[in-house]
Amino acid sequence: MSNYTPTALAGRRLPNRWDGAALLIVMGLLLALVGVGRGTIHISLTTIQNQPIHLDPKWLPYYALRSTARMFLALLFSLLFTLTYATLAAKSRRAAMVLIPILDILQSVPILGFLTFTTVFFLGLFPGQVMGAELASVFVIFTSQAWNMAFSFYQALTTLPMDLQEASRCFRLSPWQKFWRLDVPFAMPGLVWNTMLSMSGGWFFVVASEAVTVGNTTFTLPGIGSYVATALAEKNLPAIFYAILTMLVVIFLYDQLLFRPLVAWSGKFRFETTATLSGPEPWMLKLLRRTALFQEIGDRIGAVLRSIASLRLALPAKYQVDENAEPSKLIDGLWFAVIGLIALYAGWRIIEFVSATLHWRDLGTAVLMGAFTMIRVIVLMAIAALIWVPIGVWIGLRPKATRVAQPIAQFLAAFPANLLFPPFVLMIVHFHLSPDIWLTPLMLIGTQWYVLFNVIAGAAAFPGDMKEAVANFHIKGVLWWRKVMIPGILPYFITGAITASGGAWNASIVAEVASWGNDNLTAHGLGAYIAQATNNGDTPRVVLGVVVMSCFVITFNRILWRPLYDYATRRTTLG
Amino acid sequence: MDQTFTQPLVSIRNCRQAYHKEASADLVVLDDVDLTLHEGEIVALLGRSGSGKSTLLRIVSGLLKPTAGEVKWRGQDLKGPAEGVAMVFQSFALFPWLTVQENVELGLEALGVKKDERDERSEDAIDLIGLGGYDTAYPKELSGGMRQRVGLARALVVHPDLLLMDEPFSALDVLTAETLRTDLIDLWMEKKLPLKSILIVTHNIEEAVLMADRILVFSSNPGRVAHELKVPFPHPRNRFDPAFRQMVDDIYGIMTRRAPKEVQAPATAAPTGFATPLYPVSTNLMAGLLETLSGPPYHGRADLPALAAALQFEVDELLPLGETLQLLGFARLEEGDIFLTDTGRKFVDAETEQRQEIFSEQLRAHVPLVNAIRSVIDQRSNHRAPALRFRDELEDHMSPEYAEETLRAVITWGRYAEIFEYDEEAQQFSLEEEDEEDEAE
Repeated sequence: MSNYTPTALAGRRLPNRWDGAALLIVMGLLLALVGVGRGTIHISLTTIQNQPIHLDPKWLPYYALRSTARMFLALLFSLLFTLTYATLAAKSRRAAMVLIPILDILQSVPILGFLTFTTVFFLGLFPGQVMGAELASVFVIFTSQAWNMAFSFYQALTTLPMDLQEASRCFRLSPWQKFWRLDVPFAMPGLVWNTMLSMSGGWFFVVASEAVTVGNTTFTLPGIGSYVATALAEKNLPAIFYAILTMLVVIFLYDQLLFRPLVAWSGKFRFETTATLSGPEPWMLKLLRRTALFQEIGDRIGAVLRSIASLRLALPAKYQVDENAEPSKLIDGLWFAVIGLIALYAGWRIIEFVSATLHWRDLGTAVLMGAFTMIRVIVLMAIAALIWVPIGVWIGLRPKATRVAQPIAQFLAAFPANLLFPPFVLMIVHFHLSPDIWLTPLMLIGTQWYVLFNVIAGAAAFPGDMKEAVANFHIKGVLWWRKVMIPGILPYFITGAITASGGAWNASIVAEVASWGNDNLTAHGLGAYIAQATNNGDTPRVVLGVVVMSCFVITFNRILWRPLYDYATRRTTLG
Repeated sequence: MDQTFTQPLVSIRNCRQAYHKEASADLVVLDDVDLTLHEGEIVALLGRSGSGKSTLLRIVSGLLKPTAGEVKWRGQDLKGPAEGVAMVFQSFALFPWLTVQENVELGLEALGVKKDERDERSEDAIDLIGLGGYDTAYPKELSGGMRQRVGLARALVVHPDLLLMDEPFSALDVLTAETLRTDLIDLWMEKKLPLKSILIVTHNIEEAVLMADRILVFSSNPGRVAHELKVPFPHPRNRFDPAFRQMVDDIYGIMTRRAPKEVQAPATAAPTGFATPLYPVSTNLMAGLLETLSGPPYHGRADLPALAAALQFEVDELLPLGETLQLLGFARLEEGDIFLTDTGRKFVDAETEQRQEIFSEQLRAHVPLVNAIRSVIDQRSNHRAPALRFRDELEDHMSPEYAEETLRAVITWGRYAEIFEYDEEAQQFSLEEEDEEDEAE
């Protein structure tokens, strides 16, 4: 089981002045999107023929296919983005100063908050065509996938082994050749792992982005998400169960046909000099590798790819390093000035936009709501830790149980939690429970599995000789937890917890407001604040809510998770 | 090999490599180095780590641009890696995701050689170097020796005039290294290699004497060519030949003789004696060597090459250890020999706690940095001092790497001597507190 540093924690970066600039620039960009979107909102959405969604289960395979196609299209864009954006950031010091903080901010922006505006924006680009709505949906999925993939690629590019770099330069590989021979293969294991995490998280957004309400119009694209939305509106409980079942099948296929073979295959690129014992080869990979037909196809494709990779495509390249060369102060200065001006302009536009309708009071409200949501996240994390740490440790220490439970936990992490909301909502409505408390678990329902499978991985990786030493000294009970197990799994737990808590913030936008037919449930929190503002078409409040939430998430990462993670990895590793 | 009148392959004049430092004097890695390489010779650059020999190799390869000086390849100014120069790396630098054949073909691909010719040439190189049958294997399936053969084949397949080797055998075990060396020299003598010259960087004295026609011995800090020796023995060389042994002994003498001088006369001597770089040698290793020296068969005096062979130490490991013992007054280095001093003998005879006391005395007497740290801790009201402060001060006199090593050495020794405690988490020095011990579980 591989354990990669969560991208939100990677790197030695501390909050610096670039973060401020990046935050302003990102918000400015989103605002520009909103502006364009508002400019085109007069185009009547009803001019697009809404395909009716059939609740008959026989339509579900088709809807599942449509949803999956969207997912893969988004993945393609994410890969293209990763290979270009991260490469640019890694090759240019000046670009990295801006691009990396921007990526960091983008990771923390709850993109669901902007769902309506991106939809309107894309509809504006393709007036009267379904294409616009499709692209909007793909864009949302893209935003849920791209950032951590780009981060992991950047991470790899900045840690390329020195000797391989020198070898590439010494043998004078062209930049294009080096990219495919060194950069991409070296980044492959981390990139594949992050892609898989992204896709797992992506199902959630596939479901959320298909049925979008803008003002009074609900736009539905054929897909599982729309199917569920329609079922909710029509109070059709069996249909919801059909949808859940279909999703289970889709995720199972995705897991078996793609996830497992790809992760196993990427082991080939792991940068290690000794052959390590790996788990059993997934059956799909075995099929691809051992069957003559697939081998033939694979070889053909491989040959074409190799010949493309070995093209020189010579651009002027720098092979000789001059360690005394210093970057030009003048160009640096100009560059800083340009970035500063853009940030200032963005800041001015944001203030102008927000201050037209908002008051300082609104900021207070948003922060207060943020505090409510924060309390929810903290309580949920504590509960999740109390439940899953003992269970995870129990499983992780038993190899047999691990083999069974680990794939299940990974599988559940990919399942879009929003499909499970309706049963919850139904119960809350039925028993007249307080939404403020009982809507809360929905936020963590999908992401708690990250805690579980990371804890299992940590306990499974606990060194055998230390287990023997512990048994030899009769260490048991509280002492065992305090001195042995908790330190042993801490880095793994934090890796899982950061993913889970980040996901919980994002999920709050859909989890704090829920409906069943005409019953609407609302909890107090920033998620509900953003969701309501979105429904009312109150753009300034959406912007405000998103900014406040981004700040909460970033602060959470910087003040809590990063130091904790550093501490855990420093203290619990030998040497 | 009689082409001494032709143009040299490489000529380097007044080469200097330095890093500019804001606060203090430039950090000089290589100072005023001249090097000429002719066709038909194997030249070894011999020196300890940090002597800049690998830096010089990278300058010759065109990977690195020197701060100052003239670098010519076949009479032309060198700008970037030249065609006709190939390199073999200490770590092999093989691409783990490429097969043996793909690794070997890498350089040809970069040259834009067509597929058929690539296959043919890589096949030849693989066979020449004794890798036939391994074409489709991945590097991680191979032993270290086989991997370096791949590295060699990859360099030879581009038919270079000059082969650069950066400590090519130091990551291998003794037997494997010997086989590879002999194979390479055999191929060279039989003129089967498509090469005009070999430049090899090593810290292994015997390796240099075994392989090279000419040896340049480097001194450290800053790196300079301290000595140039011609090796007169014909191949195959016998390492047990008395003349061969004498030459190895002489080189040991050269390498130990100058080290202490360098320490006493740094370019910018600081009044605190801060400028002495220290090696983080473990106290167990020091005690172990002292005990070995005092016992039979050495009885207080040992020949360094013999000692290195007996303990299976590289020069690079033994010399820092010996120098540290000399610095602390436990031993003396002279002309390739090491002697135990009276203090050293006292240390060996002492019990565990007494040893710590003796070590503490020697440390405070000979390492001013320890005293400086202690006095800062004593002056502070909270009896704590951040390590950062001393690191900064050290970096005024040496490279950041040396400063880091020096600080680590002082921390290790100071802890052993119980002069101060160090909190890794807070990166702080502090005084030992009695009550903290009681609290420990």
